Parts: sequence; C-alpha cells; structure tokens
Amino acid sequence: MTSIFDSLQITFSGLNLDLMIVLPAIALMGGTVIFLLMAVNALVAVYFERKVSAFMQDRLGPMEVGILGFKGGKRFWGGIGQTLADAIKLLVKEDILPNDADRVLMILAPFIIFTGAFLTFIGLPFAENLVISDFNIGVFYIVAMSSVGVIGIILAGWSSNNKWSLYGAMRAAAQIISYEIPIGLSLLLVVLVAGSLNFGDIVQWQADNRWFIFHSPFSFLAFFIFFISIVAETNRTPFDIPEAESELVAGWMTEYSGFRWALFFLSEYANMLIVSIVASTVFLGGWLSPLQMFNVLPEAWLFLDGPTLGLFWVFLKAIILIFVMMWFRWTFPRLRVDQLMYLCWKVFIPFGLANLFFISLWELLF
Amino acid sequence: MEEQLLDKSVIETGEMVLNMGPQHPSTHGVLRLKIHTDGEVVSKIEPIIGYLHRCFEKHCEKLSYEQIVPFTDRCDYLASMHMDHAYSLAVEKLLDIELPERVEYIRVIISELQRIASHLVAVGTFGLDVGAITPFTWTIRDRERVLDLFEALCGARLLYNYIWPGGVSHDLPPKFLERTIEFLEYFDPQIDELNNLLTTNKIFIERTADVGVLPPEVGINYGVTGPSLRGSGVNFDLRKNEPYSVYPNFDFDVPLGEGIMGTLGDSWDRYYVRVLEMRESAKIIRQAIEQLPDGDVHAALPKKVRPNAGEVYGRYESARGDVGFYIISNGKNIPLRVKMRSPAFCNLSVLSEISEGWMISDIIAILGSLDIVLGEIDR
Repeated sequence: MTSIFDSLQITFSGLNLDLMIVLPAIALMGGTVIFLLMAVNALVAVYFERKVSAFMQDRLGPMEVGILGFKGGKRFWGGIGQTLADAIKLLVKEDILPNDADRVLMILAPFIIFTGAFLTFIGLPFAENLVISDFNIGVFYIVAMSSVGVIGIILAGWSSNNKWSLYGAMRAAAQIISYEIPIGLSLLLVVLVAGSLNFGDIVQWQADNRWFIFHSPFSFLAFFIFFISIVAETNRTPFDIPEAESELVAGWMTEYSGFRWALFFLSEYANMLIVSIVASTVFLGGWLSPLQMFNVLPEAWLFLDGPTLGLFWVFLKAIILIFVMMWFRWTFPRLRVDQLMYLCWKVFIPFGLANLFFISLWELLF
Repeated sequence: MEEQLLDKSVIETGEMVLNMGPQHPSTHGVLRLKIHTDGEVVSKIEPIIGYLHRCFEKHCEKLSYEQIVPFTDRCDYLASMHMDHAYSLAVEKLLDIELPERVEYIRVIISELQRIASHLVAVGTFGLDVGAITPFTWTIRDRERVLDLFEALCGARLLYNYIWPGGVSHDLPPKFLERTIEFLEYFDPQIDELNNLLTTNKIFIERTADVGVLPPEVGINYGVTGPSLRGSGVNFDLRKNEPYSVYPNFDFDVPLGEGIMGTLGDSWDRYYVRVLEMRESAKIIRQAIEQLPDGDVHAALPKKVRPNAGEVYGRYESARGDVGFYIISNGKNIPLRVKMRSPAFCNLSVLSEISEGWMISDIIAILGSLDIVLGEIDR
C-alpha cells in the first residue's frame, strides 16, 4: 500500500528540490485536504442529521435556505444551504469569553480537540492507496490520537469556570477513558487474527479470507462491542451524558460560542466519520465490495469489486454506520452516569476479555 | 473577597452548591433549584419559587366574577380549560344555580380533551427530560390536533376563556363532534406507538423505575394529588370520590400505579398513570358525545354575577391534581377574597423529600414526573 505522502514525495523528487521545501509543502497539501474533508463532512453530516431527525420526528427539517438560487426540491433536498448559512453565522458571531474564565486555556481547548480529530485523519485509510501516511501501526495510532481530544474537553470544562461545564468535563473524561478499553480490546482481537496493526494488511487479510464481522461468533460480538463503544466515545446519545442538554445545559460547551463552538462541532462530526471509517475498515472489509462475497455476478459486473470503487465502498459503509448512530440518537433516552460506567466496566470489558481468550482458542483450533 | 474568588490554587473538596435555574432547559418554566451536591449525588435540594408571581389572588379582589376567568386561564396555562372549569364550579356553587345538561356535557368533553392535551405535554417533556427527543415531537404533534379543535371552538389555542360561570361562551361549532371522534380514532394507536418507543424502552425503564419513589403516606402527608399521587397507588380522584358536573353518568376507571417496572410510586409509575389516563379520557369523551343532549348553552348564564354573602370551596380534578377555589363573597359583584389551592405547588413540595440521595440526572427525571406548571405554583 503506497500512501499519498509517499507518492507525492516521488512526484516531487523529479523536480530536484531541497527536501526542506518539499516535505513542508507535502505536509501542507495533505493538511489542506484533511481540513477540507472535515469541513465538508461537517456541513453534509449536519444537514443529513437534521433531515434524518426531521423524518423520524414527523417534521420537514430545513426547507428554506438554498445555495446560489437553488433551493432544493420539495422533499429531501429542501433547505440544502442551511448548514452553510449556519457555518457563516457561527464565524461572524460575537466571541464571548466569561470574565472569570481562564482565558489562555479556554482559547486553547477547542484547538486541542480539533487537533486530535485532525491528526487522526493522517493514518485513516479511505481506500487502497488513499491514505495520507501509511503507518505500520495504523490501528494503534488512531486509537492513541482519538483520545487526545479528552485533554481538550477537560481544559474546556475547567477553564470555563462554570459548574455545568465542570460536571460535563468530568463526565466526559470518565466516559471517554473508560470506553477506550472495550474499543482497544475489540481492535486487539482483529490484530490478533490478522497479525498486523496496518490497515492495509488487515483489509488484505479480509480479502483473502472473509470480512471480520463474519469470521467467527466472537468477532461478530466484538463488532457490536466496538460499535456501541464508539458511539460512547463520540459522546452521542444514548451516551451523551457530557453534553446532556436537559441536565447540564450544554455540558463542557456551555460557555463557548461562535467559532470556538464551531470547532467543537466540526470535531464531533469528524470523530463520527473517523470511527465509522475505522469500524468499516476493520470489521466490514473496508474497500472490499460486498458483492465480492457472493460469486454470482457475471464477468462484466466485476468492475464493481475493483480498487477503483474502494472509496465508494468505504464511504457507503461509513455512512450506513453514521446513519445508525443518528438513528440511536433520535430513538433512545439518555443513560445515567453510573449506568454508563456499569455498561462499560461490568459488561463490555469482561465480554471483551473473554472474547479475546476465545478467539485465541478459535484460531488455535480452526 | 475578590482575591479569594480569583485564587485558583485552593481547590475545595466539600459540598458544592449548584444553582439550577431559573434559566435552565429542564425546570419546566422559571423554577430555581438550589442543589447541594457531593460529586453527582444530591444531598439536599431546595426549590425556590416566585419568579412567575403575578398577584393573581390580589387581582381577584379588584375584578368582578366574570373578569377573573381570563386570569384563571393564565394559572395553569397547559390546562386552561380545567382552571376555568374549576373556578366556574366554585362560583356556581356560590350562586347556587342549576346548569342545563348540555352545558355540563360540553364542559366534560372539553375538559377531557384538555386532560389529553395536558398529559401529552407532561409525557413528552418527561421523555425530553430523560433525553428522548422524538417522543416529545410526536406528543406535541398530537396535542396540536386538540388545539385545533379548541381553536374551532373558541378561537384561542392556549388561553381560552371558554367556560364561564353559568355556562360556556359558545355552543359547539358545526362538525365539532365529528372532528373530535376523528381525533380519538387517530389518537388511540398513537398511544401504542408511544408505548413502543418510550414506555417500554429498556433505557427509559432503567432511568425511571425505582427512581424517586413516593410512598403513599408521604404523598398524602404532603398533600400530593392527581396522577402523581395515583402513581403511588392511592385511589383518589375527585371525579369518582366527590363527583361534580355529570361525571357519575360515565363509566371509566381510575388508573393506579402498580409498580410494574420497579417499586410502587416510582417515576415510571407516575408517568404511566398519565399515559393510561389519556385512554380513560378518550373513553369519557366517547360516552359524553353519545349522551350529549340538545338545549341552550346560555340559559343559566346570569346577567350579572352577584352572589349572596357567604363563602364556598370548590374542588376540581385538573390534569395536575386537586384544584380548589375558596371564594368569600360579601354580596357585591366583586369577591372579597379568592384563594386558590394549587396542586402543582403541593406536588413540588414533595420534591426535596423524595429526591435526596439521587443523582443530578435523577432530579431532572423526578421533577419531570411530578409534572409541575410554574404559572400555577406562583399564581
């Protein structure tokens, strides 16, 4: 698997430029792509979420705002420009810092959270050969980077000098750190079977054998532990206790407004995309076509399996997972703090550990 | 003092006082709760009311009997018809007049529709309090239909001024009964859908069952009434115990909490009693429409309400509980004193008793299950 970083380096090497110019230039290009992806993702995902929630709640959702005179159709595409207008509104909004807040930390916190999401994208594979930088330890890197955000959350909660924020931050810290463990255990199971921490190798293993979710009953269970844990990791309902709009006003984001709040929002939706792509890569065959599993298609249709459509398949799987997360959000009530911890420490972690043990036996026997 | 506040090096580890409200998403209006917390656990809770005080009782001493009706509307703004009805019953008791049958039946139909609308809000916002947003939009959608009916009836959607001492302001508009039947046909399956989505949801049960248990004797001691008391299994409904209007003519049950999902008298029971009561109300409406007699609705309407000197206490079962109006007349067209017994006030008073030792999230759930309306508490 060649990464974008490598291929750009090869391209630039033909120009005989100094390495000190080439490397920052490549990094900048990669960074711009990631940033654009995050921004577009947030715009589309927010619109998608609003429409999904609207249809679940017997409403229409945004219907008025258009882009460049195009207002969208009567039903689904109505109000297509709403999130763009919201983004502009957030950018021009007054920037409020409370008097007694810790100004440095309060300004710093959103950027730390944003950085966590941003850095994760570097190791994230979108398709075969379509990864910014291909690590040997890709899975480990993503697990590590996705927990950087919790530092920002604690800083945001503490520096706001607001009791609701503090509650939200403490809840978030406990929750995210706890749910790292079942996520790690589920990923470990895959690593154990595939024998590699590299996303490319893991998908290659799935291409040679079968998708991980169908590999054994234990990996099937691991997928569900993983998926529920990533919902908790991204602070979405029913695990959104750090925000808990009806209890904590807005949790750790209470005192934030304008652009800084927009960064939180951007990171939240970016995190949703990240965890969904990881789930679809590790458990659902990544850029492998689902049609590949059944050898029923005529020859002419085989291009659907090919590497060219990898990006499409990854995003299709990710979007389905994101839809399920939205479905959760608009269906379930919220858990209480202790129930959340109970679920993690007394259900997911014992099952995750047992899973790891049994999959080892399974591998030994079959 | 200032320096002490800004000194961040000292971190206190004792009790923290948390000020919830008056501006807070889940206090159902402008209630302020002073919560003493140790971590997430609440050790003491102090409700502070009065942010919506409008001198209702003082105003009554300056207004004629008919002019008070719009003020009663604004007490319990989620069940205005009930307030009108309760006040009118008290004044009619004072006047000692007999109402035409048709008026009584219309009043019952309207009151039960109002009960459905009010309980829909209670049930929906309770879901909202524990984090379920979709049931709220569904119940609000259904309540909209009741409000449409009321709009056709009297032109107003929230504060009706419809039920007057001695009658009602208008007779039923054409097609009203057909539309009501249509609504009831539509509404029955909606309750099943709500039960599927929220009532039997595992997380919802985890959050509400066994939480904020109100033992029957504590409820009675605090004067808790209405669905909140019936959730504890106490069979007390003024429509049955002290029947007024034409309620004895109808066949309906009083749903009681049974502790199906946890302990008797928990938040889930209080919630579920409201869900069941909506079905009972629908039952009453169907019977009332069948039995509705013809007649003139303005027959008993006195030109000028001028009761003889004396005093009266009228009781009424509103969506929140036992509403009482105590009226003293000195023979003029203006009452000497009007005192209102607010059910939500008594229901709120039990909050600090039943919610100690629970977590902050549970306080929200318990408060939601008591279904308070601040307009009525503060008056």
